[in-house]
Amino acid sequence: MSALAIELTGINKNFGNVCANKDVSLKVESGTIHGIIGENGAGKSTLMSILYGFYQADSGTISVQDKSMQIQNAHDAIDAGIGMVHQHFMLVDTFTVLENVVLGTETGYSLKKSLEASALELQRLEKEYHLEVGIDSVINTLPVGLQQRVEILKALYRGADILILDEPTGVLTPQEADHLFRVLSELREQGKTVILITHKLREIMAITDNVSVMRQGEMVAHLKTAETNQEELAELMVGRKVLLQVDKAPAKPGKPVLTVEHLDFTDDSGVHRVKDVSFNVRSGEIVGIAGVSGNGQSELLAAITGIQPLQKGQLKINSETIRPDMRADAADMRRFGMAHVPEDRQRMGLVTSFSAQENSILGYHNDPAYNGLFEMDRDAILSTCQHGMEHYDVRPNNLNLRASLFSGGNQQKLVVARELERDPELLVIGQPTRGVDIGAIEFIHRQIIAMRDAGKAVLLVSVELDEILSLSDRILVMFAGQIMGEVQASSANERDIGLLMAGISKEAT
Amino acid sequence: MWNDFLLILDATLRISVPFVFAAMGGIFAERSGVIDFGLEGKMLGGAFVAATVAYWTQSAWWGLLGAIGIGIIFSMIHGYASISKRGNQVVSCVAINIFAMGLTVVLANAWFGMGGKTPQLSKEARFMSIELPYAEEFRNIPIFGDIYYEIISGHSILVYIAFLMVPITAWVIFKSSFGLRLRATGENPLAVDTTGISVNKTRYQALLLNGILGGMSGAYLSTAHLAFFVKDMSAGKGYIALAAMIVGKWRPYPAMFACLLFSFLFAIKDKPEVFDLLKGIVPVKLLNSFLDMSPYILTVIFLAGFVGRAVAPKAIGQPFSKEK
Repeated sequence: MSALAIELTGINKNFGNVCANKDVSLKVESGTIHGIIGENGAGKSTLMSILYGFYQADSGTISVQDKSMQIQNAHDAIDAGIGMVHQHFMLVDTFTVLENVVLGTETGYSLKKSLEASALELQRLEKEYHLEVGIDSVINTLPVGLQQRVEILKALYRGADILILDEPTGVLTPQEADHLFRVLSELREQGKTVILITHKLREIMAITDNVSVMRQGEMVAHLKTAETNQEELAELMVGRKVLLQVDKAPAKPGKPVLTVEHLDFTDDSGVHRVKDVSFNVRSGEIVGIAGVSGNGQSELLAAITGIQPLQKGQLKINSETIRPDMRADAADMRRFGMAHVPEDRQRMGLVTSFSAQENSILGYHNDPAYNGLFEMDRDAILSTCQHGMEHYDVRPNNLNLRASLFSGGNQQKLVVARELERDPELLVIGQPTRGVDIGAIEFIHRQIIAMRDAGKAVLLVSVELDEILSLSDRILVMFAGQIMGEVQASSANERDIGLLMAGISKEAT
Repeated sequence: MWNDFLLILDATLRISVPFVFAAMGGIFAERSGVIDFGLEGKMLGGAFVAATVAYWTQSAWWGLLGAIGIGIIFSMIHGYASISKRGNQVVSCVAINIFAMGLTVVLANAWFGMGGKTPQLSKEARFMSIELPYAEEFRNIPIFGDIYYEIISGHSILVYIAFLMVPITAWVIFKSSFGLRLRATGENPLAVDTTGISVNKTRYQALLLNGILGGMSGAYLSTAHLAFFVKDMSAGKGYIALAAMIVGKWRPYPAMFACLLFSFLFAIKDKPEVFDLLKGIVPVKLLNSFLDMSPYILTVIFLAGFVGRAVAPKAIGQPFSKEK
């Protein structure tokens, strides 16, 4: 066994009453890629934030390269040779690559000297690790894949021997992720230690040497990657057996329920987000829209569901035609038979400070069924909520609990229950399982398929390619506001979709 | 006509000094992510302390130092409330402004009993105009001589310091290592924190500079522009400086030009010619009020889009906290 790069023993961390890390221990061998896997909220990021000095552990010890140490802040971590690539990049958007890298390491009063001295070193690192970005590019002009390289360069520039990456592939196309993995392998060959935090089993299997599994704040297993498999890891993560594959019968599509024609959308700051998008969704099928986050999917959803006024183009829902001059809003869309599970449940799907029962009628609160002469009909609301919570297995089954106090998965189930219980003709669902635990993912997926099998039309938008692949009957890929291509799910493979996600159409290759 | 023009420009320069000081101070604070609505209070406090200390010590320089002191005290109070205690920054600023408005008058009354005014300062106790070298000699050169003699020469030292502050501020913000940290702190404090720099320390440093400049703007009012402090002396100038800073998009040179533009409006609004010119357009009864508000109207017009969108530092107004 080689030397240990990191050894954590007995780490505890509480946030108020929430126990994020409970007696966690971890050993990372030098010169390996070590995966840490767990569901959202399992405590992976908290643990790494403690290692990077962002939080202080309540108790426990940290030793780096066999030296016990106190890491009070990022400065200590950097001194100890630890670099971190955060899930949300820690870059100043308006600065150049060079300025971002230099920030915090400048010497002397004059910026110019620091920048000049660092430029050469940075260019050398770019070449050595195949992380070319162009040191004078301004961050907000770079695609996310390149911004991530800047983060890695930042860590290397500071002399990091141990690199922590927190969910690094969430924003990447499959091809970009492959490139990242090649870079990580190269780092390993040069003797660096890499810690990869992820909730994607495939990544663990593809690149890591060892893997540690976390569940509900605790470390449940340390394994050699070569001696385990996806099923075992999934079971360890969730604590019970899970079905990784979604079973579904072939689709029996009927007539179009939603038709989108030449939809165009420009946002407030004048950026042309959606460009001439046309497609349809038929009854009894699930149409998935794949794409890297930020390629116009959110804006497309907003325009279709009436959250943003329709600007150009038209929609047809069943026999209803919706044109921009109708100024149809979200309530109108609901009336036309559309249910919408928004991408961001906390911001758009729920009022988190309201109780579950109040949330269960949000958007349908003007329905006469809930309104008496002067006040709302509490009994009707309660029975709706009770029914939804039972049917969708929302836990805890407490009608008066504030929405913010439910876990992510249960919050999502509340929203899904509200929208699906109305038996809509058309379901529009964005990021159905973002930040949701595996158990709930399984459940929500089954509900979506049940909708389809009941002959409803489903439009699914997700940045999780696995989700798109396993649920959809037809797949549309968005890039830079356009539909790059359509793929039949039966013949779809990750590579083709990945190329489309990167904006490379089939004809071009 | 030419002479009138020169005099107007000369007045513009004099009027702009507190704006320039305060706007530069505001840039430091806001570039670091701390809203500074409290320039008005610092200016007022600075004016009062400068006049009082100058009167007691018979030295304008001690007065200036006192003004800087009160500016720093105010900015540190603001810092404690909004950085350390993560309070609401606007509320903290409003508190400082109201506090300054009341305290200056109360103390002036208690100490001097002149209805909120401080005693007239003697020549020694205020900043007098200084004649630049060769002003008389150059006077006969056409145009240049006029400009040099009438506009550039013959101001108090604070006027020159104010305009020197502009390139200094620009250098510090854009060309120094400290400036890089300062701007980064205002844009993305988390990024700064993860590189191992203290966000709070950087913001306090920015506020220190802000307090110094805010105090100086007040000292100019009571020991250079006039020779005493009077109740409500700043009369909204702190807010105008704030507007100039925003119109200048948090950049020193454009902010300075915005200050000069606003000052120009103040300089011409009392000229009879302007009065005559506008008589036909605006009802005479309203004309004075109209002229008084013209700088503010202009600000609104500018901010509404003539100068493009003014994009504030991204993290402005947000106290830095790691734990959500």
